[in-house]
Amino acid sequence: MRRSALPGFGLTMGYTLLYLSVIVLIPLATLVVKTADLSLGDLWELATSRRALASYRVTFGSSLVAALVNCVFGTLVAWALVRYRFPGRNILDAIIDIPFALPTAVSGLALTAVLAPTGWIGRFLEPLGIKAVFTPLGIALALVFIGLPFVVRTVQPVLEELEPEVEEVAAVLGATRWQTLVRVIIPAVTPALLTGFALAFARAIGEYGSVVFISGNKQLETEITPLLIMTRLEQFDYAGATALALVMLVVSFAMLLAINGLGAWARRRAGHA
Amino acid sequence: MIATPAVAATHEPAWIRRLVIAVAAGFVGLFVLVPLAAVFGEAFRNGVAAFGHAVSDPAALSAVRLTFLAAAIAVPLNIVFGVAAAWAIARFHFPGRSLLLTLIDLPLAVSPVIAGMVFVLLFGKQGLIGPWLSAHGIKVIFALPGIVLATTFVTFPFVARELIPLMEAQGAEEEEAAIVLGASGWQTFLRVTLPKIKWGLLYGVVLCTARAMGEFGAVSVVSGHIRGRTNTLPLHVEILYNEYEYQAAFAVASLLVVLALASLVARRVIARRVEAS
Repeated sequence: MRRSALPGFGLTMGYTLLYLSVIVLIPLATLVVKTADLSLGDLWELATSRRALASYRVTFGSSLVAALVNCVFGTLVAWALVRYRFPGRNILDAIIDIPFALPTAVSGLALTAVLAPTGWIGRFLEPLGIKAVFTPLGIALALVFIGLPFVVRTVQPVLEELEPEVEEVAAVLGATRWQTLVRVIIPAVTPALLTGFALAFARAIGEYGSVVFISGNKQLETEITPLLIMTRLEQFDYAGATALALVMLVVSFAMLLAINGLGAWARRRAGHA
Repeated sequence: MIATPAVAATHEPAWIRRLVIAVAAGFVGLFVLVPLAAVFGEAFRNGVAAFGHAVSDPAALSAVRLTFLAAAIAVPLNIVFGVAAAWAIARFHFPGRSLLLTLIDLPLAVSPVIAGMVFVLLFGKQGLIGPWLSAHGIKVIFALPGIVLATTFVTFPFVARELIPLMEAQGAEEEEAAIVLGASGWQTFLRVTLPKIKWGLLYGVVLCTARAMGEFGAVSVVSGHIRGRTNTLPLHVEILYNEYEYQAAFAVASLLVVLALASLVARRVIARRVEAS
Protein backbone atom coordinates (compact mmCIF):
# COMPACT_ATOMS: atom_id res chain seq x y z
CA MET A 1 0.00 0.00 0.00
CA ARG A 2 2.87 2.33 0.71
CA ARG A 3 3.83 4.55 -2.17
CA SER A 4 7.10 5.92 -0.87
CA ALA A 5 10.28 4.85 0.84
CA LEU A 6 9.76 7.40 3.61
CA PRO A 7 9.71 6.30 7.25
CA GLY A 8 7.29 7.25 9.98
CA PHE A 9 3.99 5.95 8.60
CA GLY A 10 3.26 3.79 11.64
CA LEU A 11 4.09 6.51 14.14
CA THR A 12 2.24 9.37 12.46
CA MET A 13 -0.80 7.30 11.47
CA GLY A 14 -0.98 5.78 14.95
CA TYR A 15 -0.85 9.19 16.59
CA THR A 16 -3.39 10.63 14.12
CA LEU A 17 -5.91 7.89 14.86
CA LEU A 18 -5.32 8.04 18.63
CA TYR A 19 -5.71 11.82 18.83
CA LEU A 20 -8.71 11.81 16.47
CA SER A 21 -10.38 9.21 18.68
CA VAL A 22 -9.68 10.97 21.99
CA ILE A 23 -10.65 14.49 20.92
CA VAL A 24 -13.41 13.89 18.35
CA LEU A 25 -14.68 10.34 17.89
CA ILE A 26 -15.09 9.14 21.49
CA PRO A 27 -16.80 12.37 22.64
CA LEU A 28 -19.18 12.25 19.66
CA ALA A 29 -19.81 8.55 20.25
CA THR A 30 -20.91 9.44 23.80
CA LEU A 31 -23.86 11.21 22.26
CA VAL A 32 -24.91 8.04 20.46
CA VAL A 33 -24.33 5.93 23.60
CA LYS A 34 -26.48 8.33 25.64
CA THR A 35 -29.23 8.08 23.02
CA ALA A 36 -29.26 4.32 23.51
CA ASP A 37 -30.55 4.93 27.07
CA LEU A 38 -33.78 6.20 25.56
CA SER A 39 -36.50 4.08 24.02
CA LEU A 40 -37.34 4.82 20.41
CA GLY A 41 -40.70 6.20 21.49
CA ASP A 42 -39.15 8.58 24.04
CA LEU A 43 -36.60 9.70 21.50
CA TRP A 44 -39.29 10.44 18.92
CA GLU A 45 -41.38 12.32 21.48
CA LEU A 46 -38.45 14.46 22.65
CA ALA A 47 -37.28 15.19 19.12
CA THR A 48 -40.74 16.13 17.85
CA SER A 49 -42.17 18.11 20.78
CA ARG A 50 -44.00 21.30 19.82
CA ARG A 51 -41.09 23.43 21.00
CA ALA A 52 -38.56 21.27 19.13
CA LEU A 53 -40.53 21.41 15.88
CA ALA A 54 -40.86 25.19 16.18
CA SER A 55 -37.09 25.45 16.72
CA TYR A 56 -36.38 23.38 13.59
CA ARG A 57 -38.66 25.67 11.59
CA VAL A 58 -36.82 28.77 12.81
CA THR A 59 -33.35 27.22 12.40
CA PHE A 60 -33.76 25.58 9.00
CA GLY A 61 -36.03 28.31 7.60
CA SER A 62 -33.75 31.21 8.41
CA SER A 63 -30.65 29.21 7.41
CA LEU A 64 -32.22 28.48 4.02
CA VAL A 65 -33.20 32.11 3.43
CA ALA A 66 -29.74 33.33 4.48
CA ALA A 67 -27.91 30.83 2.26
CA LEU A 68 -30.07 31.81 -0.75
CA VAL A 69 -29.44 35.53 -0.15
CA ASN A 70 -25.72 34.77 0.03
CA CYS A 71 -25.86 32.82 -3.25
CA VAL A 72 -27.16 35.93 -5.03
CA PHE A 73 -25.04 38.59 -3.37
CA GLY A 74 -22.01 36.37 -2.77
CA THR A 75 -21.81 35.53 -6.48
CA LEU A 76 -22.21 39.21 -7.35
CA VAL A 77 -19.38 40.14 -4.96
CA ALA A 78 -17.16 37.36 -6.33
CA TRP A 79 -17.89 38.52 -9.90
CA ALA A 80 -17.00 42.14 -9.07
CA LEU A 81 -13.78 41.05 -7.34
CA VAL A 82 -12.62 38.79 -10.19
CA ARG A 83 -13.80 40.63 -13.30
CA TYR A 84 -13.61 44.34 -12.48
CA ARG A 85 -10.77 46.61 -11.46
CA PHE A 86 -11.84 49.45 -9.19
CA PRO A 87 -10.34 51.47 -6.35
CA GLY A 88 -10.67 49.64 -3.03
CA ARG A 89 -10.92 46.20 -4.64
CA ASN A 90 -8.19 44.75 -2.42
CA ILE A 91 -9.87 46.16 0.68
CA LEU A 92 -13.23 44.71 -0.36
CA ASP A 93 -11.51 41.38 -0.89
CA ALA A 94 -9.98 41.51 2.60
CA ILE A 95 -13.26 42.50 4.27
CA ILE A 96 -14.97 39.34 3.00
CA ASP A 97 -13.04 37.26 5.56
CA ILE A 98 -14.08 39.37 8.55
CA PRO A 99 -17.27 37.40 9.38
CA PHE A 100 -15.16 34.26 9.43
CA ALA A 101 -12.44 35.79 11.63
CA LEU A 102 -14.72 37.56 14.09
CA PRO A 103 -15.72 35.67 17.26
CA THR A 104 -19.39 34.81 16.89
CA ALA A 105 -20.38 36.51 20.14
CA VAL A 106 -18.90 39.77 18.84
CA SER A 107 -20.75 39.41 15.53
CA GLY A 108 -24.01 38.90 17.39
CA LEU A 109 -23.43 41.88 19.63
CA ALA A 110 -22.43 44.12 16.72
CA LEU A 111 -25.44 43.18 14.56
CA THR A 112 -27.82 43.66 17.49
CA ALA A 113 -26.35 47.11 18.10
CA VAL A 114 -26.79 48.32 14.50
CA LEU A 115 -30.22 46.73 13.94
CA ALA A 116 -31.81 47.86 17.24
CA PRO A 117 -34.50 50.55 16.74
CA THR A 118 -31.97 53.17 17.88
CA GLY A 119 -29.05 51.60 15.99
CA TRP A 120 -27.26 52.92 12.90
CA ILE A 121 -29.34 50.80 10.50
CA GLY A 122 -32.34 50.00 12.71
CA ARG A 123 -33.37 53.65 12.95
CA PHE A 124 -34.03 53.66 9.19
CA LEU A 125 -35.99 50.40 9.36
CA GLU A 126 -38.17 51.52 12.29
CA PRO A 127 -40.23 54.12 10.31
CA LEU A 128 -40.82 51.47 7.62
CA GLY A 129 -42.34 49.21 10.26
CA ILE A 130 -39.53 46.66 9.92
CA LYS A 131 -38.39 45.07 13.15
CA ALA A 132 -35.13 43.13 12.91
CA VAL A 133 -34.17 42.61 16.54
CA PHE A 134 -35.96 39.75 18.34
CA THR A 135 -37.56 38.53 15.08
CA PRO A 136 -36.83 35.74 12.56
CA LEU A 137 -35.65 38.50 10.18
CA GLY A 138 -32.84 39.36 12.61
CA ILE A 139 -31.83 35.70 12.81
CA ALA A 140 -31.70 35.48 9.00
CA LEU A 141 -29.62 38.69 8.81
CA ALA A 142 -27.12 37.32 11.34
CA LEU A 143 -26.85 34.12 9.29
CA VAL A 144 -26.30 36.12 6.07
CA PHE A 145 -23.36 37.81 7.82
CA ILE A 146 -21.92 34.47 8.95
CA GLY A 147 -22.39 32.73 5.59
CA LEU A 148 -21.08 35.40 3.20
CA PRO A 149 -17.41 34.28 3.08
CA PHE A 150 -18.36 30.67 2.33
CA VAL A 151 -20.14 31.52 -0.94
CA VAL A 152 -17.66 34.20 -2.09
CA ARG A 153 -14.60 32.07 -1.36
CA THR A 154 -15.96 29.00 -3.19
CA VAL A 155 -17.21 30.85 -6.29
CA GLN A 156 -14.24 33.27 -6.60
CA PRO A 157 -11.52 30.73 -7.57
CA VAL A 158 -13.80 29.10 -10.16
CA LEU A 159 -14.50 32.46 -11.80
CA GLU A 160 -10.76 33.18 -11.79
CA GLU A 161 -10.00 29.96 -13.63
CA LEU A 162 -12.74 30.42 -16.21
CA GLU A 163 -10.88 30.78 -19.54
CA PRO A 164 -11.70 34.05 -21.32
CA GLU A 165 -11.28 32.17 -24.62
CA VAL A 166 -14.48 30.23 -23.94
CA GLU A 167 -16.44 33.47 -23.67
CA GLU A 168 -14.72 34.82 -26.79
CA VAL A 169 -15.70 31.72 -28.72
CA ALA A 170 -19.29 32.15 -27.56
CA ALA A 171 -19.18 35.77 -28.72
CA VAL A 172 -17.61 34.90 -32.07
CA LEU A 173 -20.29 32.28 -32.60
CA GLY A 174 -22.84 35.06 -32.25
CA ALA A 175 -23.96 34.82 -28.61
CA THR A 176 -24.99 38.02 -26.89
CA ARG A 177 -23.40 38.82 -23.52
CA TRP A 178 -26.58 37.71 -21.80
CA GLN A 179 -26.60 34.37 -23.63
CA THR A 180 -22.94 33.82 -22.75
CA LEU A 181 -23.73 34.52 -19.11
CA VAL A 182 -26.70 32.16 -18.95
CA ARG A 183 -25.36 29.36 -21.18
CA VAL A 184 -21.60 29.43 -20.48
CA ILE A 185 -20.69 31.21 -17.25
CA ILE A 186 -23.54 30.19 -14.95
CA PRO A 187 -23.29 26.46 -15.80
CA ALA A 188 -19.54 26.63 -15.14
CA VAL A 189 -19.94 28.09 -11.65
CA THR A 190 -22.99 26.02 -10.66
CA PRO A 191 -21.08 23.23 -8.81
CA ALA A 192 -19.10 25.82 -6.84
CA LEU A 193 -22.23 27.80 -6.11
CA LEU A 194 -24.00 24.70 -4.80
CA THR A 195 -20.96 23.87 -2.63
CA GLY A 196 -20.94 27.42 -1.28
CA PHE A 197 -24.66 27.19 -0.58
CA ALA A 198 -24.21 23.90 1.28
CA LEU A 199 -21.27 25.27 3.31
CA ALA A 200 -23.18 28.42 4.28
CA PHE A 201 -26.31 26.42 5.12
CA ALA A 202 -24.38 23.84 7.17
CA ARG A 203 -22.64 26.59 9.13
CA ALA A 204 -25.93 28.44 9.67
CA ILE A 205 -27.92 25.56 11.16
CA GLY A 206 -25.33 24.99 13.90
CA GLU A 207 -24.69 28.68 14.53
CA TYR A 208 -25.18 29.85 18.09
CA GLY A 209 -23.14 32.90 19.15
CA SER A 210 -24.14 35.37 16.47
CA VAL A 211 -27.83 34.47 16.73
CA VAL A 212 -28.58 34.40 20.47
CA PHE A 213 -28.10 38.12 20.99
CA ILE A 214 -30.35 39.22 18.14
CA SER A 215 -33.04 36.54 18.36
CA GLY A 216 -34.48 37.43 21.75
CA ASN A 217 -35.00 33.68 22.27
CA LYS A 218 -38.79 33.67 22.46
CA GLN A 219 -40.14 30.11 22.73
CA LEU A 220 -41.85 28.85 19.56
CA GLU A 221 -40.99 32.09 17.72
CA THR A 222 -37.28 32.88 17.66
CA GLU A 223 -35.76 29.97 19.54
CA ILE A 224 -33.14 28.19 17.41
CA THR A 225 -32.37 24.50 17.99
CA PRO A 226 -28.81 25.02 19.36
CA LEU A 227 -30.26 27.40 21.96
CA LEU A 228 -32.97 24.91 22.89
CA ILE A 229 -30.23 22.30 23.41
CA MET A 230 -28.40 24.78 25.64
CA THR A 231 -31.58 25.42 27.66
CA ARG A 232 -32.19 21.69 28.12
CA LEU A 233 -28.59 21.24 29.32
CA GLU A 234 -28.94 24.08 31.82
CA GLN A 235 -32.05 22.35 33.18
CA PHE A 236 -30.02 19.10 33.41
CA ASP A 237 -32.53 17.58 30.97
CA TYR A 238 -29.82 15.51 29.27
CA ALA A 239 -32.32 13.22 27.51
CA GLY A 240 -34.04 16.18 25.88
CA ALA A 241 -30.74 17.76 24.85
CA THR A 242 -29.44 14.44 23.47
CA ALA A 243 -32.50 13.85 21.29
CA LEU A 244 -32.22 17.32 19.73
CA ALA A 245 -28.46 17.02 19.30
CA LEU A 246 -28.92 13.70 17.50
CA VAL A 247 -31.28 15.33 14.99
CA MET A 248 -28.76 18.14 14.40
CA LEU A 249 -25.88 15.68 14.11
CA VAL A 250 -27.67 13.59 11.48
CA VAL A 251 -28.40 16.70 9.41
CA SER A 252 -24.77 17.86 9.80
CA PHE A 253 -23.46 14.48 8.59
CA ALA A 254 -25.78 14.62 5.60
CA MET A 255 -24.54 18.14 4.78
CA LEU A 256 -20.90 17.05 5.10
CA LEU A 257 -21.47 14.14 2.72
CA ALA A 258 -23.32 16.43 0.30
CA ILE A 259 -20.46 18.96 0.40
CA ASN A 260 -17.84 16.29 -0.27
CA GLY A 261 -19.99 14.86 -3.08
CA LEU A 262 -20.43 18.29 -4.64
CA GLY A 263 -16.69 18.89 -4.41
CA ALA A 264 -15.96 15.64 -6.25
CA TRP A 265 -18.54 16.56 -8.91
CA ALA A 266 -16.99 20.00 -9.35
CA ARG A 267 -13.49 18.48 -9.74
CA ARG A 268 -14.77 16.01 -12.35
CA ARG A 269 -16.45 18.86 -14.23
CA ALA A 270 -13.26 20.91 -14.10
CA GLY A 271 -11.32 17.88 -15.36
CA HIS A 272 -13.56 17.58 -18.42
CA ALA A 273 -13.50 21.28 -19.25
CA MET B 1 -13.80 52.22 -24.59
CA ILE B 2 -14.74 51.58 -28.21
CA ALA B 3 -17.76 49.36 -28.34
CA THR B 4 -16.65 46.97 -31.05
CA PRO B 5 -18.93 43.95 -31.27
CA ALA B 6 -16.27 41.67 -29.75
CA VAL B 7 -15.84 43.91 -26.70
CA ALA B 8 -19.58 44.29 -26.27
CA ALA B 9 -19.97 40.54 -26.32
CA THR B 10 -17.24 39.69 -23.80
CA HIS B 11 -17.61 42.67 -21.48
CA GLU B 12 -20.56 44.25 -19.76
CA PRO B 13 -21.57 47.85 -20.51
CA ALA B 14 -20.01 50.39 -18.14
CA TRP B 15 -23.28 51.13 -16.35
CA ILE B 16 -23.78 47.48 -15.48
CA ARG B 17 -20.21 47.25 -14.25
CA ARG B 18 -20.70 50.28 -12.01
CA LEU B 19 -23.99 48.93 -10.74
CA VAL B 20 -22.50 45.52 -9.85
CA ILE B 21 -19.55 47.14 -8.06
CA ALA B 22 -21.87 49.50 -6.17
CA VAL B 23 -24.21 46.70 -5.08
CA ALA B 24 -21.29 44.45 -4.03
CA ALA B 25 -19.55 47.21 -2.07
CA GLY B 26 -22.85 48.40 -0.56
CA PHE B 27 -23.83 44.91 0.55
CA VAL B 28 -20.48 44.19 2.17
CA GLY B 29 -20.26 47.66 3.69
CA LEU B 30 -23.73 47.47 5.19
CA PHE B 31 -23.40 43.92 6.46
CA VAL B 32 -19.78 43.89 7.63
CA LEU B 33 -18.24 47.34 7.99
CA VAL B 34 -21.14 49.15 9.67
CA PRO B 35 -21.52 46.55 12.48
CA LEU B 36 -17.75 46.52 12.97
CA ALA B 37 -17.64 50.31 13.28
CA ALA B 38 -20.59 50.17 15.67
CA VAL B 39 -18.56 48.01 18.10
CA PHE B 40 -15.95 50.75 18.41
CA GLY B 41 -18.62 53.47 18.51
CA GLU B 42 -20.34 51.79 21.46
CA ALA B 43 -17.04 50.91 23.17
CA PHE B 44 -16.01 54.58 23.34
CA ARG B 45 -19.51 55.97 23.83
CA ASN B 46 -18.72 57.08 27.41
CA GLY B 47 -15.21 58.22 26.64
CA VAL B 48 -11.74 56.74 26.80
CA ALA B 49 -11.71 56.53 30.60
CA ALA B 50 -14.82 54.31 30.70
CA PHE B 51 -13.24 52.13 28.01
CA GLY B 52 -10.05 51.83 30.04
CA HIS B 53 -12.03 51.00 33.14
CA ALA B 54 -13.92 48.20 31.37
CA VAL B 55 -10.86 46.52 29.90
CA SER B 56 -8.75 46.77 33.05
CA ASP B 57 -11.45 45.40 35.33
CA PRO B 58 -10.10 42.36 37.28
CA ALA B 59 -12.78 40.08 35.82
CA ALA B 60 -11.82 41.23 32.29
CA LEU B 61 -8.12 40.66 32.97
CA SER B 62 -8.73 37.17 34.32
CA ALA B 63 -10.83 36.46 31.20
CA VAL B 64 -7.87 37.59 29.04
CA ARG B 65 -5.55 35.26 30.99
CA LEU B 66 -7.89 32.27 30.67
CA THR B 67 -8.42 32.91 26.94
CA PHE B 68 -4.67 32.95 26.29
CA LEU B 69 -4.06 29.94 28.54
CA ALA B 70 -6.70 27.80 26.82
CA ALA B 71 -5.31 28.75 23.39
CA ALA B 72 -1.74 28.11 24.58
CA ILE B 73 -2.67 24.52 25.41
CA ALA B 74 -5.11 23.74 22.58
CA VAL B 75 -3.10 25.18 19.68
CA PRO B 76 0.18 23.23 20.27
CA LEU B 77 -1.84 20.02 20.64
CA ASN B 78 -3.45 20.64 17.26
CA ILE B 79 -0.11 21.60 15.68
CA VAL B 80 1.44 18.24 16.63
CA PHE B 81 -1.65 16.46 15.35
CA GLY B 82 -1.77 18.50 12.14
CA VAL B 83 1.86 17.74 11.27
CA ALA B 84 1.51 14.04 12.08
CA ALA B 85 -1.73 13.74 10.09
CA ALA B 86 -0.25 15.59 7.11
CA TRP B 87 2.81 13.32 7.08
CA ALA B 88 0.66 10.18 7.20
CA ILE B 89 -1.98 11.36 4.70
CA ALA B 90 0.07 13.39 2.19
CA ARG B 91 3.09 11.08 2.02
CA PHE B 92 1.45 7.63 2.00
CA HIS B 93 -1.44 5.92 0.24
CA PHE B 94 -3.63 3.64 2.29
CA PRO B 95 -7.22 2.37 2.22
CA GLY B 96 -9.77 4.58 3.98
CA ARG B 97 -7.87 7.75 3.20
CA SER B 98 -10.88 9.80 2.13
CA LEU B 99 -12.87 8.55 5.14
CA LEU B 100 -10.07 9.78 7.40
CA LEU B 101 -10.13 13.18 5.67
CA THR B 102 -13.88 13.43 6.24
CA LEU B 103 -13.50 12.50 9.92
CA ILE B 104 -10.87 15.22 10.38
CA ASP B 105 -13.40 17.74 8.99
CA LEU B 106 -16.12 16.57 11.39
CA PRO B 107 -15.61 19.24 14.07
CA LEU B 108 -16.29 21.93 11.45
CA ALA B 109 -19.66 20.38 10.63
CA VAL B 110 -20.83 19.99 14.22
CA SER B 111 -22.67 22.81 15.98
CA PRO B 112 -20.47 24.45 18.66
CA VAL B 113 -23.19 23.76 21.22
CA ILE B 114 -22.98 20.03 20.46
CA ALA B 115 -19.16 20.23 20.59
CA GLY B 116 -19.40 21.46 24.16
CA MET B 117 -22.28 19.18 25.06
CA VAL B 118 -20.48 15.91 24.27
CA PHE B 119 -17.89 16.73 26.93
CA VAL B 120 -20.65 17.39 29.46
CA LEU B 121 -22.16 13.99 28.58
CA LEU B 122 -18.74 12.41 29.07
CA PHE B 123 -17.33 14.23 32.10
CA GLY B 124 -20.36 15.96 33.69
CA LYS B 125 -21.98 14.95 37.00
CA GLN B 126 -24.42 12.62 35.20
CA GLY B 127 -21.85 11.81 32.53
CA LEU B 128 -20.35 8.46 31.58
CA ILE B 129 -17.16 8.85 33.60
CA GLY B 130 -18.17 11.97 35.56
CA PRO B 131 -19.00 10.11 38.80
CA TRP B 132 -15.62 8.34 38.74
CA LEU B 133 -13.81 11.63 38.17
CA SER B 134 -15.58 13.46 40.98
CA ALA B 135 -14.89 10.52 43.33
CA HIS B 136 -11.19 11.12 42.62
CA GLY B 137 -11.50 14.89 42.99
CA ILE B 138 -10.91 15.66 39.32
CA LYS B 139 -12.97 18.50 37.90
CA VAL B 140 -13.28 18.74 34.10
CA ILE B 141 -16.61 20.44 33.46
CA PHE B 142 -16.96 24.01 34.77
CA ALA B 143 -13.14 24.08 34.98
CA LEU B 144 -10.05 24.65 32.81
CA PRO B 145 -9.76 21.07 31.40
CA GLY B 146 -13.30 21.27 29.98
CA ILE B 147 -12.60 24.65 28.37
CA VAL B 148 -9.37 23.34 26.86
CA LEU B 149 -11.07 20.18 25.54
CA ALA B 150 -13.93 22.14 23.94
CA THR B 151 -11.45 24.59 22.40
CA THR B 152 -9.27 21.76 21.09
CA PHE B 153 -12.33 20.09 19.54
CA VAL B 154 -13.53 23.15 17.59
CA THR B 155 -10.01 24.06 16.36
CA PHE B 156 -9.03 20.44 15.64
CA PRO B 157 -8.94 20.50 11.79
CA PHE B 158 -7.32 23.89 11.09
CA VAL B 159 -3.60 22.99 10.96
CA ALA B 160 -4.15 19.60 9.31
CA ARG B 161 -6.39 21.10 6.60
CA GLU B 162 -3.71 23.64 5.68
CA LEU B 163 -0.82 21.17 5.62
CA ILE B 164 -2.37 18.16 3.82
CA PRO B 165 -3.07 19.87 0.45
CA LEU B 166 0.20 21.82 0.68
CA MET B 167 2.35 18.72 1.25
CA GLU B 168 0.45 16.82 -1.43
CA ALA B 169 1.16 19.59 -3.94
CA GLN B 170 4.85 19.75 -2.99
CA GLY B 171 5.41 16.02 -3.51
CA ALA B 172 7.84 13.71 -1.71
CA GLU B 173 10.86 13.72 -4.06
CA GLU B 174 13.07 15.88 -1.84
CA GLU B 175 12.31 13.84 1.26
CA GLU B 176 12.99 10.62 -0.64
CA ALA B 177 16.33 11.99 -1.83
CA ALA B 178 17.29 12.86 1.74
CA ILE B 179 16.44 9.35 2.95
CA VAL B 180 18.38 7.75 0.08
CA LEU B 181 21.37 9.95 0.95
CA GLY B 182 21.27 8.51 4.46
CA ALA B 183 19.36 11.06 6.53
CA SER B 184 17.20 9.73 9.37
CA GLY B 185 13.46 10.30 9.43
CA TRP B 186 13.74 13.10 11.99
CA GLN B 187 16.59 14.79 10.12
CA THR B 188 14.53 14.65 6.93
CA PHE B 189 11.52 16.17 8.64
CA LEU B 190 13.44 18.95 10.40
CA ARG B 191 15.82 19.88 7.56
CA VAL B 192 13.77 19.18 4.43
CA THR B 193 10.04 19.09 5.19
CA LEU B 194 9.75 21.75 7.89
CA PRO B 195 11.47 24.52 5.88
CA LYS B 196 9.16 23.73 2.95
CA ILE B 197 5.93 23.83 4.95
CA LYS B 198 6.75 26.51 7.52
CA TRP B 199 4.58 29.26 6.00
CA GLY B 200 1.65 26.93 5.45
CA LEU B 201 2.06 25.70 9.02
CA LEU B 202 2.10 29.27 10.32
CA TYR B 203 -1.07 30.04 8.33
CA GLY B 204 -2.82 27.10 9.97
CA VAL B 205 -1.56 28.19 13.39
CA VAL B 206 -2.97 31.71 12.91
CA LEU B 207 -6.39 30.31 11.90
CA CYS B 208 -6.32 27.89 14.81
CA THR B 209 -5.30 30.52 17.37
CA ALA B 210 -7.86 33.07 16.20
CA ARG B 211 -10.67 30.55 16.45
CA ALA B 212 -9.41 29.24 19.80
CA MET B 213 -9.50 32.71 21.33
CA GLY B 214 -12.87 33.59 19.85
CA GLU B 215 -14.81 30.38 20.49
CA PHE B 216 -18.09 31.04 22.24
CA GLY B 217 -20.76 28.32 21.94
CA ALA B 218 -18.70 25.25 22.82
CA VAL B 219 -16.87 26.95 25.68
CA SER B 220 -20.12 28.44 26.96
CA VAL B 221 -21.57 24.94 27.50
CA VAL B 222 -18.63 23.61 29.52
CA SER B 223 -17.53 26.74 31.39
CA GLY B 224 -20.29 27.33 33.93
CA HIS B 225 -19.62 31.08 33.63
CA ILE B 226 -17.84 31.44 36.96
CA ARG B 227 -16.71 35.06 37.00
CA GLY B 228 -12.97 35.48 37.41
CA ARG B 229 -12.46 31.68 37.23
CA THR B 230 -13.93 30.02 34.14
CA ASN B 231 -14.74 33.08 32.04
CA THR B 232 -13.06 33.54 28.67
CA LEU B 233 -13.18 36.87 26.80
CA PRO B 234 -16.20 36.02 24.58
CA LEU B 235 -18.09 34.72 27.64
CA HIS B 236 -17.21 37.86 29.56
CA VAL B 237 -18.73 39.93 26.74
CA GLU B 238 -21.99 37.98 27.07
CA ILE B 239 -22.12 38.34 30.86
CA LEU B 240 -21.58 42.10 30.71
CA TYR B 241 -24.26 42.39 28.01
CA ASN B 242 -26.77 40.37 30.01
CA GLU B 243 -26.08 42.60 33.02
CA TYR B 244 -26.93 45.66 30.89
CA GLU B 245 -23.35 46.94 31.08
CA TYR B 246 -23.46 47.65 27.35
CA GLN B 247 -20.53 50.02 27.08
CA ALA B 248 -18.27 47.59 28.98
CA ALA B 249 -19.49 44.68 26.84
CA PHE B 250 -18.60 46.54 23.65
CA ALA B 251 -15.26 47.66 25.09
CA VAL B 252 -14.23 44.03 25.73
CA ALA B 253 -15.73 43.03 22.35
CA SER B 254 -13.56 45.65 20.63
CA LEU B 255 -10.46 43.87 21.99
CA LEU B 256 -11.65 40.72 20.24
CA VAL B 257 -12.25 42.70 17.04
CA VAL B 258 -8.66 43.99 17.14
CA LEU B 259 -7.45 40.41 17.66
CA ALA B 260 -9.55 39.20 14.70
CA LEU B 261 -8.32 42.00 12.42
CA ALA B 262 -4.71 41.26 13.41
CA SER B 263 -5.24 37.60 12.50
CA LEU B 264 -6.63 38.66 9.10
CA VAL B 265 -3.62 40.85 8.35
CA ALA B 266 -1.28 38.04 9.43
CA ARG B 267 -3.14 35.60 7.18
CA ARG B 268 -2.80 37.86 4.14
CA VAL B 269 0.92 38.41 4.71
CA ILE B 270 1.55 34.69 5.26
CA ALA B 271 -0.64 33.66 2.30
CA ARG B 272 1.70 35.60 0.00
CA ARG B 273 4.69 33.69 1.43
CA VAL B 274 2.88 30.38 0.94
CA GLU B 275 2.27 31.24 -2.71
CA ALA B 276 5.89 32.26 -3.15
CA SER B 277 7.26 29.07 -1.62
